[in-house]
Amino acid sequence: MEAWWLLLVKSVGLVLLLFLIFAYLMLFERKFLGFFQLRHGPNRTGPWGLLQPFADAVKLVFKEDIIPASADRLIYRLAPMISLFVALAAYVVIPVAPSSGSFRWGIADPNAGLLLLLAILSLGVYGIALGGWASQGKYTLLGALRSTAQAISYELAMAMSLVGVLILAGSVRLDDIVAAQARVPFIVLQPVGALIFLICIVAETNRAPFDLPEGETELVGGYHTEYSGLRFAMYYMAEYINMIVMASLLTHLYLGGWHGPLLPPVVWFALKVAAVLFLFIWLRATLPRFRYDRLMSFGWKVLLPLAALNLLVTAAVVVLA
Amino acid sequence: MVINYLEVGIFALVAVAFVAITLAIGSLLRPKNPYANKLAPYECGEIPVGDGQVRFHIRYYIFALVFLVFDVEIIFLYPWAVVLEQLGLFGLVEMLIFLGLLVVGLVYAWRKKVLRWV
Repeated sequence: MEAWWLLLVKSVGLVLLLFLIFAYLMLFERKFLGFFQLRHGPNRTGPWGLLQPFADAVKLVFKEDIIPASADRLIYRLAPMISLFVALAAYVVIPVAPSSGSFRWGIADPNAGLLLLLAILSLGVYGIALGGWASQGKYTLLGALRSTAQAISYELAMAMSLVGVLILAGSVRLDDIVAAQARVPFIVLQPVGALIFLICIVAETNRAPFDLPEGETELVGGYHTEYSGLRFAMYYMAEYINMIVMASLLTHLYLGGWHGPLLPPVVWFALKVAAVLFLFIWLRATLPRFRYDRLMSFGWKVLLPLAALNLLVTAAVVVLA
Repeated sequence: MVINYLEVGIFALVAVAFVAITLAIGSLLRPKNPYANKLAPYECGEIPVGDGQVRFHIRYYIFALVFLVFDVEIIFLYPWAVVLEQLGLFGLVEMLIFLGLLVVGLVYAWRKKVLRWV
């Protein structure tokens, strides 16, 4: 184990970095959505709108924190904190570059890394379910229920599509999985698995076209309808940091992690994550929202059997060849 | 080993501290002016009807039950996948039987129209 002060510095650095990436991811999303719709996007605060995240942060900090009279006060306050904490904590096992000597470009390296990550990710549903329930509103309750049902349904297909990667890599440590892709990234060997995983992470992060939990036209804001100010911001931070976590995970599992020619590993990793994040925004700009019954039947009747089939074929090929 | 999870603990503490500090700063800066109308649950500007705990459909509960079964079964696949190459054909056949049971369960739920969202 590294010295505790080094760990502390790395932890603080990683959290600050995630906040910074979140802030600019949000700006870039608004910018790109603008470009997709032939608008300028935010362009008043600073050159090219670059100070927009800070303006948003200042605005949200100075907003009143409204707690509905009928709400369960303790859980209402706790829920957004759970959401944000889970999103941040998920990054603990993801390395951003190969270890150089004894220095590790990430926080922890438990031998069950991917399992720990999945365990943390599935806790994220608590923040949403508790927040929606504790607000004691009709929209929030329905939004929370929908969000929970969607998250658990797509979690199954996601967890199952990963097994193919584990068979090929023979490990659940993320470092080993990346090392196994030194020559061929797993997206080439596992195209179906990668596609299922991509669809599932879009659904897991409640992004368009699977953004039914916060479908404005029917449920107002979904589970966070009653939230305001900083606690509202926390749900947003959690959503975007979850996107970053999922994009990093997709990069490590299927896109070959930090492997790539010429450029240093960190740059390759950052480029791939940025490309996946751009894909998220592109999807949002392009696709209309799913209908809820189709969403559920797609998850259970298409993705889950397909993931099982993918797993079987992978296992059979690995054992028999 | 255990020492690795200590690092996870340190990072978790830092993350909790950040969340708490952000909220603490906010509570020093934000205004506080609650009154009855503002504290009513949002219902598109109307006066709320009844209380917020509306009944919801049983199918959410059924989906949660089915999910629980499958989730536990998928966890069993993880250790198997990691050592599959050492297990060889024996491991493959054994998992075929296990997955077969899983698929039968899914087909049963499908036929019983549990997976239908009306």
